[in-house]
Amino acid sequence: MWLIIRKDLTLELRTKEILSSMFIFTLLVMVIFNFSFQGEKTDIKRLSSGILWVAFTFAGVLGLSRSFIFEKNEHCLDGLLLSPIDRGSIYLGKMLANLIFMLIVEAIIFPVFAVFFDFDILYLIPQLIPIFFLSTLGFAAVGTLLSAISVNTRTREIMLPLLLFPVMVPVIISAVRSTANILKGGPFAETVSWLKLLIAFDAIFLVISFLSFDFVMEE
Amino acid sequence: MAKGEFLTIIGPNGAGKTTLLKILSTLMKLSAGEGKVVGFSLKQEEENLRRKIGMLSHYTFLYQNLTAYENLKFYGSLYDVKNIEREIKRVIQEVDLENRLHDTVRTFSRGMKQRVSIARCIIHNPLLLLLDEPYTGLDRWSGKRFTNILKRFHQEGKTIIMTTHNLSSSLELSDRIVILSSGKIVYEQREVAKIELKELERLYP
Repeated sequence: MWLIIRKDLTLELRTKEILSSMFIFTLLVMVIFNFSFQGEKTDIKRLSSGILWVAFTFAGVLGLSRSFIFEKNEHCLDGLLLSPIDRGSIYLGKMLANLIFMLIVEAIIFPVFAVFFDFDILYLIPQLIPIFFLSTLGFAAVGTLLSAISVNTRTREIMLPLLLFPVMVPVIISAVRSTANILKGGPFAETVSWLKLLIAFDAIFLVISFLSFDFVMEE
Repeated sequence: MAKGEFLTIIGPNGAGKTTLLKILSTLMKLSAGEGKVVGFSLKQEEENLRRKIGMLSHYTFLYQNLTAYENLKFYGSLYDVKNIEREIKRVIQEVDLENRLHDTVRTFSRGMKQRVSIARCIIHNPLLLLLDEPYTGLDRWSGKRFTNILKRFHQEGKTIIMTTHNLSSSLELSDRIVILSSGKIVYEQREVAKIELKELERLYP
């Protein structure tokens, strides 16, 4: 598992394909929405959580679809499957690498978001960290499995979001609502029920994805 | 197959050559029946079996943006190879690419990539080598060089199964030649020294 994470990080540091495309996309979303709602501070504050998670979600799809492109080229995935490591370890390695990439983008973009939409984030960050982490973990858990399925289809760019978004509805709703509550200064206690949903989703889908990966990889 | 034997499987497209190698390498599961490869069951002992085989196909399984060294270290680590630095040095010398060890694979020619790929598939000292149309995309000079590498492996006692359309290399390397068609063996020759290229071309036009 750690070998795969290290390999993916090395490849990404060298090519910067995944991070740069995700970063540019999220920045573009921030800029467009900022200019669209310029001057209407009340509206934008209400919508800001949704804007943030639109950016993260679509950037996450970009990152997930690209992560298996590396493996598809020269059939490197077959090289992994020929090795004696457990198939579940391959899944965990790819999932954790995807999680790291998404968290890096979120960590860079969130301060930009705060500047564009005029939030004082310093005291908000400790409350937002568990939301960002759990939501992104759920996204990576399911997205890695579905990315492995869709990479072998001709229309992989459309297939991945088609498969992913219906499954991700609980995560997206939880992420948006809990982030909105924190950004408006609401009590953390109101976020707890959403966090519980995220934890349950992550636990269930991590196990399902881990166990299913072997069957997904089977030819 | 006997240990140390070099078996070449020839056949038209769709004969089942690649499917056979994928099953032997556990990339594909058996739909019925049972089988053993290097003493391990195809159904129950897959992980142990994978430790003992190396596979090479017309795809190199190499990460293009990693160096030859990084690719070999990665795959060697997956197979838990001991003294990995020494083994990398050994296999890169086998394929005559020491001077390109720290260059990214993307900069290599097709023939060089295939040589790194063979280094990749022998780094863990497999008992059985599975070669699926390894001459694809190689020019005449690279093909000749590749044949010499395979001859060395054969002399070292490695058991090899190769599928190919390259009839002259088959005759040069093999102990046994089989022609496969629609999943069935339609011709088998155990005394390869006795047959000539013309006869093989007649049997497999």
